[in-house]
Parts: sequence; C-alpha cells; structure tokens
Amino acid sequence: MANVKGSSVCRTAVDEGKPADWVPGGEKQTVVDPMKMFHELPREMQFITGSEAARESMRRANIDIAIAYPITPQSESMQQAGYLYDEGYIKEYYRAEEEIGTFSAISGASRAGVRALTATSGPGLMRGMEAVSSWPGARTPIIMLNMCRVINTPLAIQPDNIEMSFLLNTGILLLHAENQQDFYDYPLAAIMASEQVDVTLPAVVSVDGFFCTHARGPVRITPEEYKLPPRDGWRSAVPAMDNENPPARISRDAPIQKSNFISYHMHASWQQEVFAAVERSAKYFDKYLGGLVEVINPDAEDFIIASGCAVSQAREAVRQEGEQGRIVGLVKVKTIRPFPTTSILNAVKNAKRILIPEFNQAGWLHKEVCSVLYGRCNAVIKDGPRVFGGMTMPTEMILEWLEEFRKETK
Amino acid sequence: MSEVKRYNIRMAGIGGQGVVTASHIISNGVVISGGFSSLVPFFGSEKRNAPVESYVRISNDTIYEIGEIIFPNVLMIFHPSVITLGKSYTMPFYTGLKQRGIILINSKKPIPFSRDEQRELEEKEARIYYLPATEMANELAKTDLATNMAMCGAISGIFGIPDAKSLAASVKDRFVGKGIVTSGGTAALDSAIEKKFAKKQKLLEANQRVLDGAVQYTIDQGWSEAEQPAKATA
Repeated sequence: MANVKGSSVCRTAVDEGKPADWVPGGEKQTVVDPMKMFHELPREMQFITGSEAARESMRRANIDIAIAYPITPQSESMQQAGYLYDEGYIKEYYRAEEEIGTFSAISGASRAGVRALTATSGPGLMRGMEAVSSWPGARTPIIMLNMCRVINTPLAIQPDNIEMSFLLNTGILLLHAENQQDFYDYPLAAIMASEQVDVTLPAVVSVDGFFCTHARGPVRITPEEYKLPPRDGWRSAVPAMDNENPPARISRDAPIQKSNFISYHMHASWQQEVFAAVERSAKYFDKYLGGLVEVINPDAEDFIIASGCAVSQAREAVRQEGEQGRIVGLVKVKTIRPFPTTSILNAVKNAKRILIPEFNQAGWLHKEVCSVLYGRCNAVIKDGPRVFGGMTMPTEMILEWLEEFRKETK
Repeated sequence: MSEVKRYNIRMAGIGGQGVVTASHIISNGVVISGGFSSLVPFFGSEKRNAPVESYVRISNDTIYEIGEIIFPNVLMIFHPSVITLGKSYTMPFYTGLKQRGIILINSKKPIPFSRDEQRELEEKEARIYYLPATEMANELAKTDLATNMAMCGAISGIFGIPDAKSLAASVKDRFVGKGIVTSGGTAALDSAIEKKFAKKQKLLEANQRVLDGAVQYTIDQGWSEAEQPAKATA
C-alpha cells in the first residue's frame, strides 16, 4: 500500500512534500516475467548516456533500497537514482558517509530480504573492499554498478578497469558491460540471476567509466510501465534476517564463524559452496543474456577476445579488416564470473592467433583466457594491446597489432 | 551499402564554455536528423577555466568505437588559450589531425603560431577557419555563454549535418525537452542561465539567433562543403 507508514513503502506523501493523492511511480508499474522483459517486450531507441541508461535500468528493477557515496564517474548515475527516489521508483535511498559504511549498510539491507542497489568507482571500490569481500559468504544478493576508474597514482578519473581484477576471486558475480545498451540490460539480468535460490550471491556490473557513463549512444529500452518481480527474501539459499522479532542475528550463521567450536572444514566447504554457486549462475545468464559470449566470424583464424569497451574498438577493427578482405573473429566475454570457459573453448577451437586488447596494465583477461585455454587450444595468444591510466585504445592500435601478429606467427 | 562517411570531431575549450554541452547538442542533432553519432567528454575536476575536451563521432552507418578521438579530421577550438596558453589535454592542439583536416577556431583574428606549429599545420594541409564565436554570442544573445551555440551552428553550416532544423530541435531538447544530462556542474550553470533569462523561451530564441548567425557566417565565408548547403534559418 502506498503512503501508509509501516507499509512496504514507508514514505508518506506528506513526508515527501507531495500532493496527498501522490502514488509512487513504482506502484503504477506492472510486474512482468523477466524473460518477457529481456526478450519479448517492444523496445524504443533512445540516444542517452550510460548514466541515463543506468537510470532507466534502475527504474525497471523494482529496487527497495539504494545506498551510495558519490565518486566520479559514478556520481551522475546515483544523482539520477535520486530522481527515481523522488518519483517513487526506488523506495528508500540515502547517501552514506563513505564506502565502508555504504557497503556494510547495503549488506544489512540485503540480509533483511530486500532488493538493494549500490554503485561506486575505482578508489571507492578499493575503500570498501573489506565489506564487499564479505558479501558472497554472507549470501547477500546485492546489485552493484561499478563505473571503472583509475585507482593507481598519479590520480586520474578516467576509465581503466584494473579494479575488476580485485573482484575476480571474491565469489561475486561479475559482468562487464560493453556500452550503454549493456549498462541498461546487464543490471536487470544480474539482479534476477543473483536472487535465484541456487545462486543467492551479490552481482557487480562493471562498465568502463566516462567512455560509457558520460558518453551517448543508442539504447533500446522496454516500456517503463513494466518492472521486474520483487525480491522474495524467503526464497533464498539462506533465510533473510527477521528484523522485527529480536534478537536479530547479525552473523549469517554462527557455526561458520571460525572458533573453537567448529572445524576448518565447515569454513572451507562454505567457501566451496559460494564458488559452486557462481558456476550455477551461468545457466541463468545464458538464458537472460542470450549466451555468456557473443561470437562474430566464428570460422576465422585470427581472433580477438575482449570485454567491456575493448569490444567496441575490436568491432570497428573487425569491420575495417573486413573491408580489406580479411576475416577476423571476435569473442565478446559478457560474464567474467562465471567465466565462460566452454563457450570460449568452442569459439576459438580453430583459431591460429588470439589477440586480447585490454584497458588495464595487468592484462587480467589475458591471464583468465590463458588459464582456460592452456593445453586445450593450438592458437598463439598475444597479451595485448593494452592501454591504461584512462587512455583510449584507438582502433588503429588493434589493426597494427594484428598486422604484426600475422608476420610473427605464420 | 553506400560508402561509410565519418567525421571525427575533437573539441577543446575551457571549463564553463559549454564544450561538453555543445558536443551533446551536435551529437543529438545528428541522431535527430537520422544519422549515427556518439560522443564522449573528457575533463578533470569540474571547474571554470580548466581544460575540457569532448569528442563527437558522426557517421552514416553504425559507430562501434568509443573513447577519445586520437586521429580527428575536425578540430573545434573554443578558446584561443587552448592554443596560446596550452590549456589542453592534447599538445600541440592539432596532434593526430588527419591530412586536410578542418580546424575551427573561436577567434576574431588569426592566431600567431610558432614556427614549428606553422610548418606542421602546412604539412598537414590543415584548413583553418576563424569564427568570432564569442563576439557573435555577445552581439546576438547578449551573453558569451552562447559561444558554444555559434560553434555548433558553424559545424552545421560547414558539413550540413546536423542540418539546421535538427540542430534547433537538439537545442530545444537540451533546455526544455526531456533534458540532457551532461554533468553535475551543468545543473548549477543551468540555474545561472535561468536567472539571466526569465523564461526558457527567451533563452531558446537567443540561442537560435546565434545558431543562425553562425550558419550564415560559414556560408558567407564559403566554408560550406555540404552536399545540401545549409539554410540559415531552421
């Protein structure tokens, strides 16, 4: 019920300075089956920024609570979330004091059984990592939007996705959006996957900041009168906390706290189960996203494997090579966790050369790909090209690397 | 399919001039006219007088690329100090400019380049156009805040895309339509503009005068290379 204190919408029109007959926007929406939303509803093309795409995604996500602390380039999206709160599409929203507080509070919200959203960028993610790394073990479905930004010194606010490497081994579901369209679609898919009973894990949708968040691109969006089903807090791998009947247990489950009373096996098996749950999420992403990877020119000998913005640059390289009569294949990796090992193996089984362009210094995707292709594929894998510190990777750079690669590896 | 045409525009100016807003307006105008476009801004801390760059891609086909434009064929310099004081993320300002590229500079008189700059610009066969954008803004809109409108109008005049009508629609989108999100700082600027212009309609009319003036200026100067020459009035 709207406008009644103590109801699921604990806002009143009077509190919000609205007319007495104000109805929150979210209450005017109709719940729709996620598969219908992802694949069947009509879509309208809008020319909007990544931050606006995030707003439209949040509008349809049936979010109970959002908590965030501003940081460039995330700030604009969460400023937009403020408008959604005002319009009644997000039920509760507040700006926390800083990121450890933000990510701790959002964890509490998730444990209470509601759909919780937060967002951050580079240094903010680093600050809150202690809390973030505790999310998966606590089995808290949370959606975090991560607008990647340089974390190294010297200080910069431009995109560099090294921060994603810090999330790889946390047990968090991790998606890498290529463009504004993905930044609209992926959060919705991630929310639904993360809340499945056999998953019950937090999910992060990363996007290369600025190049997507502050840039405009075409985004096909579903009608705003439809929203995802609400989170059912009781339909979960572990029960939600009951905050209304004290004493509420702050700890997820006492036996998993390492102490004199439990075995190390208990702790170890709990962790194993978290990572098994990551793998179990693959079937949902496969369904929601139409595959964990996208493959272009599957019969090519030369392949590019990429994620995020690097995919866009690679698409243009593939197009320009095509104009010259050279066929280059492309594997877009949509989900980093779960890592689509089988899909990648199948896609590049006939490849001779694989190039892995990345927007970070460490080459985390290169390491991931090598770890799954080692001994299972005959292709030579080149670790580059890479740009970092927020630099753009011009298409010309990929084309030059391809040319050199062909000379080196006949 | 017809040949893929592409204009890659790099804009450089200083904070407060509306460089990022101009890129949104041009890009949105291209999409309104049925073309393909994308844009990305580049700035540090949002503050007046700090260097700002923004990049707009325009095409008659799908655009995949993202990020900064390293090899532009069009440069828009919103303030002479981008060149004279080096207020730019790209030094020298013409770095990466393609052969026979166009440089549109907001200045009423030619800028004295250094010997090396002059030589390199000649080697690139750069076509340099000086547009008195700030003067036009002051004269036609009674505020230099409309400098970016003159720069937008000139692009429409030179290339014919976005056409003047779509450009006008894009400006309307920015100020009275569904709104365009550019950056947090622009919200404050918007309220400043609104104080100056009691009604947004007046703001639109003033902007339109500057757009039209700039389009006409490019026609008078013979800069237009559009297949269908622009008309000064939307």
